[in-house]
Formats: sequence, C-alpha cells, structure tokens
Amino acid sequence: MNNRKRWLAAPYTVWMAAFIVIPLVLIVYYGLTSNKDGSFTLENILLIAEPINRKALWLALKLSFISTAICLLLAYPLAMILRNRKVGNGSFITMVFMLPMWMNFLLRTIAWQNLLEKTGVINAVLEFLHLPLLNIINTPYAIILGMVYNFLPFMILPIYNTLVKIDQNVINAARDLGANSFQTFLHVMLPLSVPGIISGITMVFVPSLTTFVISKILGGSKIVLIGNVIEQQFKTVNNWNAGSGLSLVLMVFILISMALVNKYDKNSEGAGVW
Amino acid sequence: MAGNTLIDLMNISKTYGKDMVLDDFCLSIKENEFVTLLGPSGCGKTTTLRIIGGFETPDTGKVIFDGKDITKLAPNERQLNTVFQKYALFTHMTIADNIAFGLKIKKKSRQYIQDKIKYALKLVNLDGYENRMPDSLSGGQQQRIAIARAIVNEPKVLLLDEPLGALDLKLRQDMQYELIRLKNELGITFIYVTHDQEEALTMSDTIVVMNQGYIQQMGTPEMIYNEPQNAFVADFIGESNIIGATMVEDRLVNILGVNFRCVDEGIGNNVPVDVVIRPEDIDLVAPEKGIITGTVTSLIFKGVHYEMEVMANGHEWLVHSTDLSPVGSNVGIWVDPFDIQIMNKPESEDEEAVGYHE
Repeated sequence: MNNRKRWLAAPYTVWMAAFIVIPLVLIVYYGLTSNKDGSFTLENILLIAEPINRKALWLALKLSFISTAICLLLAYPLAMILRNRKVGNGSFITMVFMLPMWMNFLLRTIAWQNLLEKTGVINAVLEFLHLPLLNIINTPYAIILGMVYNFLPFMILPIYNTLVKIDQNVINAARDLGANSFQTFLHVMLPLSVPGIISGITMVFVPSLTTFVISKILGGSKIVLIGNVIEQQFKTVNNWNAGSGLSLVLMVFILISMALVNKYDKNSEGAGVW
Repeated sequence: MAGNTLIDLMNISKTYGKDMVLDDFCLSIKENEFVTLLGPSGCGKTTTLRIIGGFETPDTGKVIFDGKDITKLAPNERQLNTVFQKYALFTHMTIADNIAFGLKIKKKSRQYIQDKIKYALKLVNLDGYENRMPDSLSGGQQQRIAIARAIVNEPKVLLLDEPLGALDLKLRQDMQYELIRLKNELGITFIYVTHDQEEALTMSDTIVVMNQGYIQQMGTPEMIYNEPQNAFVADFIGESNIIGATMVEDRLVNILGVNFRCVDEGIGNNVPVDVVIRPEDIDLVAPEKGIITGTVTSLIFKGVHYEMEVMANGHEWLVHSTDLSPVGSNVGIWVDPFDIQIMNKPESEDEEAVGYHE
C-alpha cells in the first residue's frame, strides 16, 4: 500500500482512537480504580454482588431473555412468509420493516408510553367499548413490549437474509426425498438458518440488556434494570468508578454473546442492519 | 427395451402469467428407458420435468404414473427422485447424512442405511467420502453425491435436470459414460433434461426434441440425427445445410436449379420441400465430377476436421471434411442420394412450431 492510500485511512484511525479505543481504556481505568484515592481496586466490579445491583442485573437478563424469545417467535414465521413471497429483491418488504426505525427511538418509546398510560389512547378506546382496562404501564410487561417493538427488526432481517439465501432446489430436494413440509423445515430450513437466528438473538439481546431508556420511560421509577443503575452511577451519584465497574461486568455478558455469534456467523449475515 | 408404459403425460397445459409454456402436451415414457427432453431454454423441458417431479401443478391435463393419477400428489408422495441442477446438496450435513436423508425419513433400520450408503458411494466411485462435507468436494463429486442421494431410495424413475450443466467439458464427457453405466446397473427409467444435443445423442434411448412447448420430433438418436422431421430439429441437432428445394418426382429433387438424386418417394411431383444435408455428408471432388461446382470461401481447422464454406449456385454450403481444399479453389460438390433428407415445407411460421403428436 502506498503512502497516499495510507493517508486516506488516517481519519478512520483517528475516529477509532477517539471514540472507541480511548473511551474503552477510560472505562477499564475507572472500573479498576478507587474513586477516593485512585488506587487499584476490584470493589467497583464487586458492587454487582450487592443485592440491589444483583437484582437489577437479574431482572435485565430475565426481561432481555423474554424479549429475545418473543422476537424470535414473531420474527421467524414472518421471515418465512417474506421468503416465500419473493417480492422483487425484497427491498419493499425490507423498507416496511425498517420504516419505524427511521423515527427517533425516543419518540417511538414515548409514543408507547402515551398509548399505554392509565388514561392513554388504548385505555380510552377500551373504556369506550366497555372492555376491561389495560394496566401494564410501569410494569415489566410494558418494558418487554418496548423492547420487542424497538428491536424486532434486528431479529427479522438476519433471519430473513439467511432464509432467502437457501436455494429453493435444496428445499425441493428434501421434499423429493420424501420429507413433508414440517420435516423439511426441521431438518433443512431450520439448521441452515441457524447463523441468522444467532445473529438476531445477539442483536436483540445485547441492546435489551443494556437499555435504560425503555425501562425508564415504560417502567417508571420502580423498575430498575442494570442499565438504569449504571446511568444513575454516572449521572446522579456521580461515581464514575462504580458505573465503569458495573459496565465491565455487563460487558462480560455481551462478550459471551458476541463469542457465540462469531462462532456461527461466519458470513456476517446480520451485519448490514447495524 | 420394449417395456410397459410407466409415465403418461396426458394433455398437459401450463402457463406462467401470459406465457404458454406447455400446450396440450402428451408424452409416454416406458419402463427402463433413457429419455432425454432436448430443446433450447424456454422450450418447456424443465417445466415438464418439474410437473413429473411434483414441483409444478399443470393447469390442465393428467400425470399417470404406473397406472395411477399422481397429478395432485406432493413431491414426497411420489415414487421418483430428482437430481437437481447445481446439486442442491444439504451443506450442513456430511455426505453420509446427505445420502441417508431419504432413508431416515422413511425410518429404515440403522444397518440398512449403513449398507445403502456404502453401496451408493461405491456405485458412484466415491467410497470413503462418508464423513466429508459437501463444500469440500469438487463439482463433479458433488453431482455424484446428488445422484447417490437420489438412487438409495430405489426410485422407479430418476429425473435429471441438466445435471452436467455446471461441469467442464472433460468431466461432462466422463459423467455421460457414468450415467449410462448407472442406468444399466440400476435398470430404472431416466428422464434427462438438457439443451446439449451431444449429451442427448450420446446417452439416450429416446430423444424428445421440444420447442415452444411442443414436441418437434421423438425418436432414437439415429432417427433424430439422420431423419430430422423439420428445419428446427435439423438445425438444433448438429450442423446442417437447410435449403429450399423442389421435389421433381420420386427420387429426384431440384436443389438450387440442379437435379439431385435422392431416395424419398411418394411426396408428389413439383412439390416445394426443404432438404437437409449434413456438412459431413458432402464430398468435395474435382469440379468435373461434382453435381454442382463452387468456390471455397472460408476454411477453419476444427481439430477432427476442416470446416469449409463453399459458394455454389448462390448458396453457402457448409462442408466438414478431413481433406483440405484451399480458399479460392474450384471444387465439385457430391452428395450420395441417401444423405439427402427431404422435409415437408412448413406452410406457416406456426406450423413449424406445432410439430406432431405421437
């Protein structure tokens, strides 16, 4: 590579250093030092063992897991339907599912807050129809709803991408060899779409686990996820060391899921949506 | 070879949107026959195969298999197996699991499946490949596995959809002999789809030449090559000189103003016809010995023979010969009477496509 081309890569190197490497180093530094005298300590990491933090992490894991499972259950059949439709190159369908994502994430979540409120749009309609009212705002259910609504496209797209890549003749071959539709799905479609499923799971699970916005807006002040704990440490308590330490713990969970993805997702099926 | 009829396609029609792919198509296939559906792309040959395999449903007509109407049966309920274009192997399974797929679905015993895998791999000359993955095999090997995967199910009919299309020339020729050997060892019916006339001539018992959803001609390779029924068949199978001519009387045809002796009778006197003369059936002789004389206008070395074009009586005659006549030389053209194939002239464009039904 000649010097000119190397020079062209410079802005990217600067960008990576400034916004990825340095922040990461700072988090590790803060996470492993005391907020009193700056000496090396593990106490920030061990904060996770405190009941309130442990509960927040456990709840975050639980809600993220449930949301991811719901996303998978919704996305897979949908991706199958989209695959069988064969609409052009799928760009129209892709657009329909990407369209909500063009709206601001906060706006979408606040909209759900308005819809779900005790005196919100949904309850107004239910009341008008003399149906029982919906009371899920400020409960874990509302948080799950928010997660599923916001992250569903990240599950659909990687699965859809792996499904459309399966040659129709491979499916025909399974049918030809005596498999009925269900056996064809179980033995051929499903195994061949595993990379997409793994990508989708990671891309829903990771943002769900770290979110503090959805839980704040739809969960009220009573439900605290690990993301909210970290946010409070940085913004309210002003203890960057504690926040960084908890972030490092969370990062371990994210790295585990990334390792899973790297193992299966060799063709980076879902990388396009990020 | 004269077995019972195994498959009967009766008055099959199929349209995609506004495209009529098959129109009132009828075809009978006998037991233990190697039938090739041959034609240019879009002639309906693959659609015919897919209808037999159950991947398409005809708009009208019936598919009779072994005396039973299977028109509406799903592919997995039919006693035939397909070898797909580009192999369509299951890339997430080992070779052994690929071959075992159909048998496992049918819940055969473990021992039976093991024996079958061994037998099938031996049959396609790939013993010892059980634990390899499909991606690690060459195109030719993958195609053999696709065949093995189909034949372990002991189908009565094997459908092959341009199975050699993705292979290079040498491998394609080797696989042609393999397929003939396989067919003889298995003793089952092969229905083979290709656009490659050489493949069709080499392997088939019966060739069905198709164009625009109609059968143009059906017969043994020799019949198709030596006695093409119309200009389409003559043109599609091998190279040929197709010349408008007049049948003067029995055994005498006037080509480009010169009378040639031929062997056809009963066409009538002074009837316009098309004649087909294969380039290798034309002998270039001394000008005074020829029926007509002309000048060589081009000469290309083709390996086995020279390809020459001779301008004579206003027509460029295509000639294949192992003897070379230099460009510009005067030559005589001689054709033996039995090498002149007379065809009825189509009265319209449409009729050319209609062909005949057996």
